[in-house]
Amino acid sequence: MSAQPQSLLDPKLLVPALGSAFAKLDPRVLVRNPVMFAVEVIAVVATALFLRDLASGQPAAFSGQLVFWLWLTVYFATFAEAVAEGRGRAQADALRRTRSETIAKRLVGRGGGYEELPAELLKVGDLVLVEAGDLIPGDGEVVEGVATVDESAITGESAPVIRESGGDRSAVTGGTKVLSDQIKVRISAASGSSFLDRMIALVEGAERQKTPNEIALTILLAGLSLIFVFAVATIPAFASYSGGVVPVIVLAALFVTLIPTTIGGLLSAIGIAGMNRLVRFNVLAMSGRAVEASGDVDVLLLDKTGTITLGNRQASEFLPLPGVRASELADAAQLASLSDETPEGRSIVVLAKAAHGLRGREMGPLEATFIPFTAQTRMSGVDIGATRIRKGAADAVIAHVRALGGVIPSELDGIVERVASEGGTPLVVATDARPLGVVYLKDIVKGGIRERFAELRAMGIRTVMITGDNPMTAAAIAAEAGVDDFLAQATPEAKLALIRKEQSGGKLVAMCGDGTNDAPALAQADVGVAMQTGTVAAREAGNMVDLDSDPTKLIEIVGIGKQLLMTRGALTTFSIANDVAKYFAIIPAMFVALYPGLNALNVMGLASPQSAILSAIIFNALIIVALIPLALKGVSYRPSSAAALLRRNLAVYGLGGLVAPFIGIKLIDMAISAAGLA
Amino acid sequence: MTVNGWLQIALFCAITLLLTRPLGGFLTKVYSGERTFLHPVLAPVERSFYAIAGVRPDRDQSWSAYAIAMLALHVVGFLAAYAVLRLQGALPWNPQGFAGVTPDLALNTAISFLTNTNWQSYGGETTMSYGSQMVALTVQNFLSAATGMALAVALIRGFARKSASGVGNFWADLTRSVLYVLLPACIVLALVYVALGVPQTLQAYASAKTLEGAGQTIALGPVASQLAIKMLGTNGGGFFNANSAHPFENPDALANLIQMVSIFGIGAALTNVFGRMVGDERQGWAILAAMGALFLTGVAVTYWAEAAANPIHVALGVDPSAGNMEGKEVRFGIALSSLFAVITTAASCGAVIAMHDSFSAIGGMIPMINMQLGEVIVGGVGAGLYGMLLFAVVAVFVAGLMVGRTPEYAGKKIESREVKLTMLALLCSPFATLVLLAVAATSAAGLAGLLASGPHGFSEMLYATTSAAANNGSAFAGLTANSPFWNVLLAIGMMIGRFALIVPMLAVAGSLAAKTRVPASAGTFPTHGGLFVGLLIGVVLIVGGLTYFPALSLGPIADALATSAGQTF
Repeated sequence: MSAQPQSLLDPKLLVPALGSAFAKLDPRVLVRNPVMFAVEVIAVVATALFLRDLASGQPAAFSGQLVFWLWLTVYFATFAEAVAEGRGRAQADALRRTRSETIAKRLVGRGGGYEELPAELLKVGDLVLVEAGDLIPGDGEVVEGVATVDESAITGESAPVIRESGGDRSAVTGGTKVLSDQIKVRISAASGSSFLDRMIALVEGAERQKTPNEIALTILLAGLSLIFVFAVATIPAFASYSGGVVPVIVLAALFVTLIPTTIGGLLSAIGIAGMNRLVRFNVLAMSGRAVEASGDVDVLLLDKTGTITLGNRQASEFLPLPGVRASELADAAQLASLSDETPEGRSIVVLAKAAHGLRGREMGPLEATFIPFTAQTRMSGVDIGATRIRKGAADAVIAHVRALGGVIPSELDGIVERVASEGGTPLVVATDARPLGVVYLKDIVKGGIRERFAELRAMGIRTVMITGDNPMTAAAIAAEAGVDDFLAQATPEAKLALIRKEQSGGKLVAMCGDGTNDAPALAQADVGVAMQTGTVAAREAGNMVDLDSDPTKLIEIVGIGKQLLMTRGALTTFSIANDVAKYFAIIPAMFVALYPGLNALNVMGLASPQSAILSAIIFNALIIVALIPLALKGVSYRPSSAAALLRRNLAVYGLGGLVAPFIGIKLIDMAISAAGLA
Repeated sequence: MTVNGWLQIALFCAITLLLTRPLGGFLTKVYSGERTFLHPVLAPVERSFYAIAGVRPDRDQSWSAYAIAMLALHVVGFLAAYAVLRLQGALPWNPQGFAGVTPDLALNTAISFLTNTNWQSYGGETTMSYGSQMVALTVQNFLSAATGMALAVALIRGFARKSASGVGNFWADLTRSVLYVLLPACIVLALVYVALGVPQTLQAYASAKTLEGAGQTIALGPVASQLAIKMLGTNGGGFFNANSAHPFENPDALANLIQMVSIFGIGAALTNVFGRMVGDERQGWAILAAMGALFLTGVAVTYWAEAAANPIHVALGVDPSAGNMEGKEVRFGIALSSLFAVITTAASCGAVIAMHDSFSAIGGMIPMINMQLGEVIVGGVGAGLYGMLLFAVVAVFVAGLMVGRTPEYAGKKIESREVKLTMLALLCSPFATLVLLAVAATSAAGLAGLLASGPHGFSEMLYATTSAAANNGSAFAGLTANSPFWNVLLAIGMMIGRFALIVPMLAVAGSLAAKTRVPASAGTFPTHGGLFVGLLIGVVLIVGGLTYFPALSLGPIADALATSAGQTF
């Protein structure tokens, strides 16, 4: 799947859409869209009337043109949907190729023997062997072994990833390829409901169900259409009182121009396009509902590490105790870190070189033994002969020093506390029983993240930082990053409780996570974005999967959700506002024969009643095509307050919707009267 | 138009605005069951009512139970009113000895007063006994007004409550509306009207000799008591055929001002109740601002149209400076007649001090449009607010989408159920108005009642079906509506306009009450600012108004254009 934007006017997409738009004219399909279905019914009636005129030898040029444009109105709507679907289908085809003809090696018995069978015959719970060069036959969980896997078919990311049993890297996706080693996989999804299958169905729009807001909008549009049924169907009675007759085909034209065909025609295209926009962002939404919910999010729960801060803390300062030279502290810290492959350890070596010119040394000649960090000791260090250098959590090193009979200077506590209160992590360094000082490990807040949070705040979204740090550290980082709130010493339970608390206050919560212990919170959140690198449990619990495993994407997802709703709202407003001009085109044309004075309502100065009606219906059809690009791209969106967004969109689509048809209809009228069409 | 005319309009607006907040505070207390200054006297009365009827006022009803209670009251009310009208010949308080009312007129009149319409196919002083006026009509005046207020409060509770299963208790809301609001106010108002010269008597009509020596019968009756509720409850049914143009029903300018203020008083105050109950008075002011903007536009257009003289008359040499005085009381003049016409049709009152049929085409179109918009410009007591809130639901839905969120209003999410029910409610009025008009325009019985021909005749019919469907009750005059055809047709219109709207509206209330309230954030667009007011006005005009454009263009618009071209029909 490519992350590159597709050209809106790519002929490879447009040409097949021309054909499939015809198939969508099937009334059984179209009935899902009440507004366009009504237009189709009208078009059928108008066609019958036109044929009757033709057969009876009456002048039929005008009604013929009306019939043509009525059908085009319906066709343009189905074409919009077909184009939107075509874009998804292109993505689905790329996915489908990877699914072709995988042969699975199903393990039989305990001896490691296997039988080969087509992947689609696999059942949930089957154990399969996947060796280097094989495609993984289905979604599952690694139960044994470690392998590098090429997941580019799904993620578009060419660098192979590690998949191993246990832990948070155990999920594998059907259709991805094992590059080295071998793994045993327990199949977790039946054929046809695998991740890949669902992805294909989603991007193709085959499983598209109307989202709650879409349903509500469809009802609103249907209701408006019904009001216009009364308005139009009663006209013949009014005209008969006034001593005239209004041709049915003119009524049909008035009705079709009045009902909200613009938004009715583009509604499903907007929904499909919104989904595709997410897919191009490498995010898969499991339902349109989730995309919509993301626009409503009030609270974003963001993990500190990797989202707000760079993944790792870095040493930023050596703080020696009184009587200790800084270089002495740096020297000890560097020695203790030379073999420490953790990012923190490496950053100490880097700082020692940068601040004190200490070059890296070889461990070998020093006859040093590296003591790795463990959860029990919470220290690491090095033993050089009898000298034991340790660095680690303050209380652990203090206990270590005391155990060796050392004395803790009173200043140490002060330094440790100061570092912690500034959001850093104090790492105490000691040589044997002598404490030397503190290495200041600092969380590095990502560049630009503060501005992102400010944007979110302007949109009315509160950000909450989730961290395992103690409250003091968390508060300092929260302040530096500019988040609104934080949850310190977070456990999965605390996270879940926080989500529930926010939701009980009527708020919608979004979060992302990858581990199995995130699953309950992901499931509880209104928008749960699971990382593609995460566990099966996490992926099942969330309603979106981020293929790039980038937690900051949550912010973009919210924007896409909002843009989707805004596009619908903007086009609805535009569509309804259009009616004013259409009335002014058609009403005088329809009634001028009854009361010639009504020509005063012909404010556009349209050439003749027939050209007025024709211009209105042509404008009504063409505006659908003209707005397809907008429906697919979405209205432009910059994060700002709701009041500012409303002001802007009302000006553009409300006022624009009032004015545009006056100009458009006038221009079309000039064109068709010049061409002698009416 | 004169400065004096505008000063009178401004005076009315100022008094109404000044009343809104204190009255809103009082109503909020009444409907919340809190103590007011009237409680020491009236609370025991209220409690005894509940004890007799076995009602527990604190027991909430679901929206459907609330609706059923309301409908049950109306069934009984209809039967009682119908019976009294039919049997009035045999009932007391009938000094003139009027016979029973014909079945179709009794049906029309009973439904008319039941639905707060007060369409009158009859002339009061020649048809109705004092007993019918008091027992059948005035009682319904109170009940229909109290029902409207109760329903509005039920919808407000829908917005104000959080995860609640009920919308209030209909019986309690009804009792409180009558006991604490309508009855005390009407007693005071009736006494004031009596002081200003309105009759209040059960004696038979007086006979007098005029200066020329001819005999004249002067109709009297318990006018003041009915006049008070007729205005305060936006009922509008006149004691006399001439309604408030009759000197006994509107003796002087002060009485006229009190009447106008009492039409708008409760309706305007209910917007403040809405604001207070949802916890932000600005929400109420925004609604009132939208109403006010539409109202002032209507007043300006009507006043402008009436101040201009009929071009056909001018062509015949009539002095144009007098404006269009046809059908207007010289006592009130053009400014007050225009103002009153707009007030009475903006609210669902229907009382008149001038003949709308004699207004210029445009001047007469504004009252029609006021009603066609659903009478949401202050509107009938209660009905105006719930009508406007339904439009607000549509406005909020569209606006909410435009800012990229699931729409919410006063903290309540507007979802497909609310949209569905709201559209259902908003469909009734255009359906009833236009379909019934089409029936009338194509039937001989319908056309038989017309006075004028051409577009003005069409306007007369359009006004009648509009007035019925909107539950207004004012008449364009000209149309002779006391025929079985029109009586039944308009009765159907009044029923649809009232009940087909109320039931889905209550369902919206129930659905909203069950929802939790979403706290506002920068992401929710403010519904108390000018932007929302403008949007709401736009939605009212486009969704509520555009539907009638074809009908209006064949009626008043064609009429106006023909008049200015010197054409008559």
